[in-house]
Amino acid sequence: MTIRVAMTVNGTEYARDVEPRLLLIHFIRDELGLTGSHWGCDTSNCGSCVVWLDAKPVKSCTLLAAMADGHAVRTVEGLEQDGRLDPVQQGFVECHGLQCGFCTPGMLMTARWLLDRNPDPDEAEIREAISGQICRCTGYENIVRSIRWAAEHAGQTP
Amino acid sequence: MTGTGGFGRMLRKEDQRFIRGQGCFVDDVRLPGMLYGAVLRSPYPHARILAIDTLAAEAHPKVRAVITGETLAERNLAWMPTLSGDRQAVLATDKVRFQGQEVAFVVAEDRYSARDALELIDVEYEPLPAVVDARRALDPGAPVIRDDLPGRAGNHIFDWEAGDAGRAEEVFRDAEVTITQDMLYPRVHPAPLETCGAVADFDKVSGKLTLWATTQAPHAHRTLYAMVAGLPEHKIRVISPDIGGGFGNKVPIYPGYVCAVVGSIITGQPVKWVEDRSENLMSTCFARDFHMRGELAADRDGRIRAVRVTVLADHGAFNGTAQPSKFPAGFFGVFTGSYDLEAAHCRVTGVYTNKAPGGVAYSCSFRITEAVYLIERLVDLLAYELDADPAELRMRNLLRPEQFPYTCQTGWTYDSGDYPRTLRLALEMAGYDELRKEQLAERANGHLMGIGVSFFTEAVGAGPRKHMDILGLGMADGVELRIHPTGTAVLRISVQTQGQGHETTFAQIVAEELGLSPDDVEVVHGDTDQTPFGLGTYGSRSTPVSGAATAIVARKVRERARIVAAAMLEVDAADLEWEPGRWFVRGDPDQGRTIAEIALAAHSDLELPEGVEGHLDAACVYDPPNLTYPCGAYVCVVDVDPGTGKVSVRRFIAVDDCGVRINPMIVEGQVHGGLADGIGMALMEVIAFDPDGNCLGGSFMDYLLPTSLECPAWELGETVTPSPHHPIGAKGVGESATVGSPPAVVNAVIDALRPYGVRHADMPLTPAQVWRAIQGRPLRTDLAIG
Repeated sequence: MTIRVAMTVNGTEYARDVEPRLLLIHFIRDELGLTGSHWGCDTSNCGSCVVWLDAKPVKSCTLLAAMADGHAVRTVEGLEQDGRLDPVQQGFVECHGLQCGFCTPGMLMTARWLLDRNPDPDEAEIREAISGQICRCTGYENIVRSIRWAAEHAGQTP
Repeated sequence: MTGTGGFGRMLRKEDQRFIRGQGCFVDDVRLPGMLYGAVLRSPYPHARILAIDTLAAEAHPKVRAVITGETLAERNLAWMPTLSGDRQAVLATDKVRFQGQEVAFVVAEDRYSARDALELIDVEYEPLPAVVDARRALDPGAPVIRDDLPGRAGNHIFDWEAGDAGRAEEVFRDAEVTITQDMLYPRVHPAPLETCGAVADFDKVSGKLTLWATTQAPHAHRTLYAMVAGLPEHKIRVISPDIGGGFGNKVPIYPGYVCAVVGSIITGQPVKWVEDRSENLMSTCFARDFHMRGELAADRDGRIRAVRVTVLADHGAFNGTAQPSKFPAGFFGVFTGSYDLEAAHCRVTGVYTNKAPGGVAYSCSFRITEAVYLIERLVDLLAYELDADPAELRMRNLLRPEQFPYTCQTGWTYDSGDYPRTLRLALEMAGYDELRKEQLAERANGHLMGIGVSFFTEAVGAGPRKHMDILGLGMADGVELRIHPTGTAVLRISVQTQGQGHETTFAQIVAEELGLSPDDVEVVHGDTDQTPFGLGTYGSRSTPVSGAATAIVARKVRERARIVAAAMLEVDAADLEWEPGRWFVRGDPDQGRTIAEIALAAHSDLELPEGVEGHLDAACVYDPPNLTYPCGAYVCVVDVDPGTGKVSVRRFIAVDDCGVRINPMIVEGQVHGGLADGIGMALMEVIAFDPDGNCLGGSFMDYLLPTSLECPAWELGETVTPSPHHPIGAKGVGESATVGSPPAVVNAVIDALRPYGVRHADMPLTPAQVWRAIQGRPLRTDLAIG
């Protein structure tokens, strides 16, 4: 059995006939071929799969694609606008906020969400915001610095 | 970065794809007609397989193949060799020997159908008693796990010794003070965020197998596939694309990879297999599981004289540790640590248990993690016994700079270091004396504040190949460097990045040696068809081995460029001098040629001296003369809640000496990650088992990893003592912090608990464990008791 699922992803309309049990992360990766968002744990612990559902970060490994029907999804591929990097993307480069790069897309999406709500977060607020996501490489410090960099360089990326 | 010169902070080249979501990890590989595999796993830790019925699964409309051990046995693939010379079942035929072991493999048209079909396979098991507690594995009458091995009557794997037992006994006999402590370095898991997986594509027409796999050692894997599967090695291409963290977890070959290959051969289509998180935690290479009894002999005035240790090493159901073959206990032999001792001895016994195979992983530098933990806990226990300051006690016993190169009591020759300076810097940065004063005041107020110190010596960069090999493959690595006619370069390396930033640092080495811009150097890695042979990235060996090879190959190119430049300038090569990027005539600096000019000429019709080939290409295989020995001094400050046992890490000061730093930004990032590992292992992480052999750490709900809230803002410092034998003076650093930080955290927590008279408690120091320690009843953290 399949159902029709339609959603906007990074501003583009998509519709697919999928199994009702299909997870949103698999819809995004396998059906749409947007492989920037990753799958890492199945249990909502690691946050590699974080995307935005409407204007909120969600763990797409624990949502059904059907639950996103009629909604707008934003993924890491949607951060760059008109060839212009989002400051959080540039911040992660400037401050060595990534190593293997696997957690990075999820971290970037949460970082953008945080800065949209709180343009000048302090270290504790940043740590709280990313505390639902795991990075095995960086020990978090440089991720915190990267997000601070982005806060300090809003609208300044090339 | 523009201009010439290589070393220094440089933003990473590889970041550009990752920040855009354009990395290519194994699960991102999608091929036309690709099928999906899934593994059926054993629910029992130990059971005889009586029958496997796959008919219902085969009848599933989307299933294309069901593979069992029997299918594999027809191809002589039911068993595969491990990296330690044992064998491991690819798919179980006779018995299952750990919970989560691979029993069958389904190939289907999509991920979900493959999983569905697993539930249609009916396996009839006869459960057997399981060996869960390593300390019971050698008991008479213990169930024999490896009855597949001829003549195997028990669960003993090996005994290994180092040092001089007789001399150690003499020192211990007349020592004024001796310390004895049992300690467990519990089973933990590297848990890279990307789990293990593979895409196998066997082309029937050409007979070529292309395998995208999560591997830290693509060349070694290719050779093993050739040896095991009988495929000719030139018809196997292993591609290790972007790897989402390795930490040792991606060194071995896993049954899933082999099954994907067989699945592709059987179906004639590409097959993808990617394990889920539980599969990763329950079945792939774990780390540690070292049960140690350590002893220290000292004078009453605090001079440490000898150390000895007996170890029971739990290797799980198959001896699948990944380490140089002559080192069954890895490099645990450096357990004498950073101190000048009169005698040392260790004896390690390896045993089989009904648990997943492994033992050497998780950034452990081949078990130096365990060695450093042992000695650094013992030194703190001595400080406790003597009522001495643990920092002062270390300072008093550290090797002195003039003692290098220093050969320790177990025969390892440390290359260089200035240990007292490194420790002094860490103590200064910490404000150690003020911290001690604050601690006294806090204690008077009933607050539990702890200060932990550790000092470590690492030994990284295996070989030399004379002493170090894996299954006969010597631990030396190749590189190839090619300068294009217009003066840009491509470097091909055997090692494989999993986040370490090779595409940047290796370009910087070439840039430094040739005076190019690092942006003009492309680094190719992770594809066996495109890179020279080498043993891969683990044990912090990329910079010590391939980094050296890269410097040497660039110097070869530079010398060739000198000959070409001499021909261009019509002077004797001996009259040329080098400055970054350019050869010029001594005494006449205007007469010179840049590398780009020389490269173009080397590809032209320029007449070269007899015997000199054109072009500016070179290759090198580097066989390291010795390991490199980084060191570091760490200070950890914690606060413990006496009501709940919760530990908060307030500060962490880490001073690392890894010799010359190619890219300090990347070095610091490596240290940060290792420090987080240390907090995880010391406070949170453990793979425990219940008495029935059920794995209790099979998901991230149970296997807890540190988040941004458990980690403090790291405070880093550095000293630089170049390695005398490395061409650029660099040492490895990738695992230093993982090795050095756990004892600092544990020492800090035990220090905090001093008012309760606590001498030791095993990791992880969870709130429950700390609370129990306060009650005087710490848990055995490897078993689900209490």
